[in-house]
Parts: sequence; structure tokens; C-alpha cells
Amino acid sequence: MLEIKNLHAKAGDKLILRGVNLKVRAGEVHAIMGPNGSGKSTLAQVIAGRDLYEVTEGEVLFEGRNLLELSPEERAREGIFLAFQYPVEIPGVSNLYFLRTALNAVRKHRGQEELDVVDFMELVKERVKLLGMNEALLERPVNEGFSGGEKKRNEILQMAVLEPRLAILDETDSGLDIDALKAVAAGINAMRSPERAMVLVTHYQRLLEYVQPDFVHVMADGRIVRSGDRELARELERQGYAWLEQEEALAGEGRT
Amino acid sequence: MSAALAETSAGQDSWLAAFAARERRLANDCPRWLHGLKRTALARFAELGFPTTRVEEWKYTNLAPLARTVFAPAAYFPHAAPQSPCWVETLGGVVVRTLNGAPVTAAGERRFTIGSLRTAWQQTPELVERHLGRYAAFDRHAFLALNTAFFDDGVLIRIADGAVLDEPLVLVHYLSPYDEAPPASHVRTLVLAGRNSQAGIVEAWTGPDGRLYLANSVTEAVLGEGAVLDYVRLQLEGDQAYHFSALHVHQGRASSLAVHTVLLGGRLTRAEIGAVLAGEGASTALNGLYVARAEQHMDNFTTLDHAQPHSTSVELYKGILDDRSSGVFHGRIIVRPEGQKTDAVQRNKNLLLSRDATINTKPQLEIYADDVRCTHGATVGQVDADAIFYLRSRGVGYRDARRLLTLAFAQEITERINPPMLRERLNAELLARLDATQGGVP
Repeated sequence: MLEIKNLHAKAGDKLILRGVNLKVRAGEVHAIMGPNGSGKSTLAQVIAGRDLYEVTEGEVLFEGRNLLELSPEERAREGIFLAFQYPVEIPGVSNLYFLRTALNAVRKHRGQEELDVVDFMELVKERVKLLGMNEALLERPVNEGFSGGEKKRNEILQMAVLEPRLAILDETDSGLDIDALKAVAAGINAMRSPERAMVLVTHYQRLLEYVQPDFVHVMADGRIVRSGDRELARELERQGYAWLEQEEALAGEGRT
Repeated sequence: MSAALAETSAGQDSWLAAFAARERRLANDCPRWLHGLKRTALARFAELGFPTTRVEEWKYTNLAPLARTVFAPAAYFPHAAPQSPCWVETLGGVVVRTLNGAPVTAAGERRFTIGSLRTAWQQTPELVERHLGRYAAFDRHAFLALNTAFFDDGVLIRIADGAVLDEPLVLVHYLSPYDEAPPASHVRTLVLAGRNSQAGIVEAWTGPDGRLYLANSVTEAVLGEGAVLDYVRLQLEGDQAYHFSALHVHQGRASSLAVHTVLLGGRLTRAEIGAVLAGEGASTALNGLYVARAEQHMDNFTTLDHAQPHSTSVELYKGILDDRSSGVFHGRIIVRPEGQKTDAVQRNKNLLLSRDATINTKPQLEIYADDVRCTHGATVGQVDADAIFYLRSRGVGYRDARRLLTLAFAQEITERINPPMLRERLNAELLARLDATQGGVP
């Protein structure tokens, strides 16, 4: 489904991604871990099409198509979804209106009819219930005045409504108390399906206790330096990232 | 004398000549006090001339092209119909039209009357004399002086003591040019809202696109004790219009005024509001929205005069400026020594949609009492790039994302406007304007 080859990207003059390789197939859940500044979030944003980053080398294929030549909205309509680390507040636009506009943009692209208000409400209410969200948040402006947990749940709600083929969740577990974390994890698990792939970007192993990944990757210094299964996440939790960075430094010396 | 000065002088002379030409008729038409008032106003205009940008209050609005133009008084034909009815007429309410400054219809019942000011000064001269020209002081203001000198008729709105109107009074001012000369119309309105009355007024100005004209409008309003007035003012002028409008309100004790100003049309607009909170416990809310594109210039000038204790004002003006347009917000708040416990909040927020658009915003607080709360703030910004990306990452296209965010910015003002049908229609008008100007993906 997603294939990333030797991806290099920079922000301004600063090279952040230095040759990322990753393959994600339908039905798989991948976790990308790594210390702060390793490039995890940048990778997520580059896949979604954020123009703050410039791809200088490599390619990203989605269902065999060159993703990098698509605009962010085209990527979303093709089925890519990014749950933001810092969801944006949009004063003056109700959460419901936002969701319906987004869903209808995606449906139109898929050749489906736009949903009217009644059908849309039915769908949203069902998903809200699934996530244990407060329905009152639907009438409020997008993310405005939401608590950290409410914002993250709202991201999961958007994912549940838009039903993407590839969901990238960027630090969706950060800043959540245990109840919110469980609710978010339940939402993610409910969305797992053989047709859908997920990439969880996270600093801690905590979320992975509730959402079991098929693969775990560790990023450091703009590259995936190690891949494995869930055991790798536990090892990181025990030992921290320092040992990896040391190994990486040694390997770096070896290369030069 | 330079050519420009000579032209300006020709422009100004034309007003004096136009006044002289109608002097005889005025002497027959007007009561003596009104004739006197008009002569004084013209003399004042002759001394003042149009202000230049060297005058602080006009620093950002260049009137030189207007001052050079020779306007002809818009013809006064009371029974002609306007070219095509403005959409504001379709929203319901009690509709009265004026054409070139004179009312062509009238309405009334037990609770209110809305009709000719001229008829009123002929039939109830004491009432009109008691109020007309008392609140809109022309001694320091060229446009007010010109309006006072030149209005032939106007509109008187009276709302009876204790009357509660369930429908808005809708007043639509049309301007219809009748030959090649650019016309000037001087609409005059007097609103008398009785004690404890509750009413809504929607006033709109409109004229043809592609025609140079001057719409110079002055409204004086008096709110009796406890009166509540909700006043929507819509500037929907043609694209070449010079629009000047002034609303001067005298508020009695515990009266409540809300004014919602929306500026959409015209080439150059100056919209002034002055409210004197003359009675204890009076409250005022001023909401403004100005949406400019191409070369449009929109200047908002408001004065809130807290003259008595325990009065409250809340002011929010928002501007959306695209292309090479320019905007001005100048908000004066005066708190007199008697105005203890005044609570005044002023905010001005601007959205610049183009690099070539400009805004000048200026709060001016003059506080002579010590126990008051006055706050003000101004912001200028672009459409939030993070919010645009957020919307795009959910499948919403760039243009749709931008118009959604721009409309959301405007809706903070339009959502306060009643009736709801008017609010929805205004949002649609805004979208049409935004769609006409928005560029492609950067």
C-alpha cells in the first residue's frame, strides 16, 4: 500500500529525513518510535503533504502511485489520513460542518453521492458513541477550547468518519490520561481492518500496550535504524533510546 | 494657483452655485428655521471645504478626486420607481423606499410611522425642529454640512412609547442617475424611538454599478428612556460610488442600541457612527464588517461618548481586505468626568487576503473619569496557514478551505444580525464576493 524509498526531506536548510525506507501493506499496523528530533513527525507530515518540508531525494508510492506529486487534499481523497500531533483550532467553523464538508469532499472524489444532513448525523452519532465522545463537542467550533484529550479523540472521530485506507497517527497518545488513552486506543482498534493500514508515530511504548502493532521501527537521525516486532518496543521502554544512538554513532563512524 | 487647486475650487464652487440655484424654492418650501439652518450649513461648507489628508481624522482617506468632481443634485421625483428592487426588499418587514433622497412610499399604524420628513416639517414643525440638526453637528464636518444644506426631503421614523415591533422596518435608499452628470443625493433620516419601545430597523443603500455618484446620508436617532433599537446598516452601493454615511444617536437613560454595519460596495466609503450615551445605564453595541476588493477604500469612524455613569459599550469591527483595497478603523471612546463606572470594550480584527491590501487601525481613548474599565485591541493577519493545511489534509480543496475560513471570520459579525434570513443572504453575498476575487493555489 505504502512504499517509501530513500526519502530525504528538509525544512529550510536543515536536512531532517536522511534516507527513510518503509513498506506498509494493507491490514498492517506499524509503530514508528524514536527520540525527539529523530524525524518521526516530519515523516508523518511529508506523507500528508505539508509544504513546510521539501523532498530532496527518494520517493513515496501509495498504491503504486507517486504520492509526492499530489496536493494534500488529493492525498486525503485518495485515502490518506493524518491525525495531528497538535490539532488546529478553527474558530467560527462548527465541528459538524467541518466533518461534513470533509466527508463530502472525499465522497465526491470517490464518485459517491454527498450525504445530506440527516444521513450524515446518523453516521456521526454512531461514530461518536463508538468513541465515547461528548456529543456537545460536535456543535462547538473545531477544537476551540477542547481539552488535550478531547482534541485527540476528535482526530480519531475524523478518522472514523472519513474511513481512510492509510491512517498515520502522530503522537496521538501524548498528553492523555489513562482513560482517554484507553478510549483513543479502542477507537483505533475498532478501525483496524484487513483493507486498512495504520502507522502509529509515538515516543512512548504506552499506546502499544493497547494497540498491538505488527511491526515496530525505530527512527534516529532521520533514518529507520532498526525494525522488529513488539519486543523491540519493550526493549526501548526498558533501555531508553541512548543505547541506540550510541550504536548509530558507531555505525555512522563505520560508514565514513 | 495650481491646476489641482483650481479643480478642487471648481468642485466646491459647483456646490455653492447649486445651492444658489435652489434658494428661491427653499424659501418657499421650508419653514424659516429650516431655511436658516440650511443657509448656515452651506456657509459652513464654503468655509470648510472637503477635508484633506492633513486633517488627522481623514489621514487615510483621500478625498481629492471627490473634491474635484462636479456633481449635480440628484433629481427629486417622488413618484418614480427604482431601476430594479434590491434583494433587501425580499426579506419581509415593513419596506419603505427612497429614490434620490425622497421617500416614494410610506407606512404606518398605531405603533409606528415611517414616511416623508418634508411632510413632517410641514405638518408637525415643532417636533422636527426640536430634533433635526441637533445631533449631527455640521460645524466641523463638510459632509454633514452639505447634507444639511441640500436635503430636499427625507424619512421620519417614529416608534410610539412602549411599542414593540415584531417586524423590522426596512428602509432602502436607491440612487438613479438621470443623465450623464454624476449625481449627488443627500438622504436625511430622523428616527425617534419612544420610551420603552423595541424596534428593529434595516437600512440599505444601493445604486447602479459603473456610475459615478455620491450618496451622502445622515441619520439622527433619539432613543427615549429604556428604548431598545436594533439597527442594521447595509452599504450595497454600485462599484463606482462615493458613499458617505453618518449615524448620530442620542441615547436616553437605560436605553439599548445595537448597530450592525456592513460595507460591501462603493469605490470609497466613509461610514461614521457617533453615539452619546447621555442617560445613566445606557448601553451600546457596535458591530462592523467591511469587505473590500479591487481598489475599494472603506473608512470606519466611530465615536462613543460616555457622558453619564454606568454605561456600557461593546464594539467589534472586522475587516476582510483583498487585492489592492484599503481599510481604516478609527474608534474613539470618550469618557466624560460624569461617566464613572463606564465599561467600554473595543476590538478591531482584520484579515488581509492579499499582499497589496492595507489597513490602518487607530483606537483613540479619551478618559476623564477615574473609575472606569476601557479596553481595546487590534489585530491584522492572514488566513491561518495551519488551519488551511488542516482542512486540506481532510480532503477540502485549497479554495474551499480559504473561503470557509474567511466566511467563518465574517460570521462572528453576521451571526449577530437579525432577521436570520438577512444573515443567510449576507453570508451568500460575502461568498459571491470572495469567489470573485480569490486567486489560485500559491
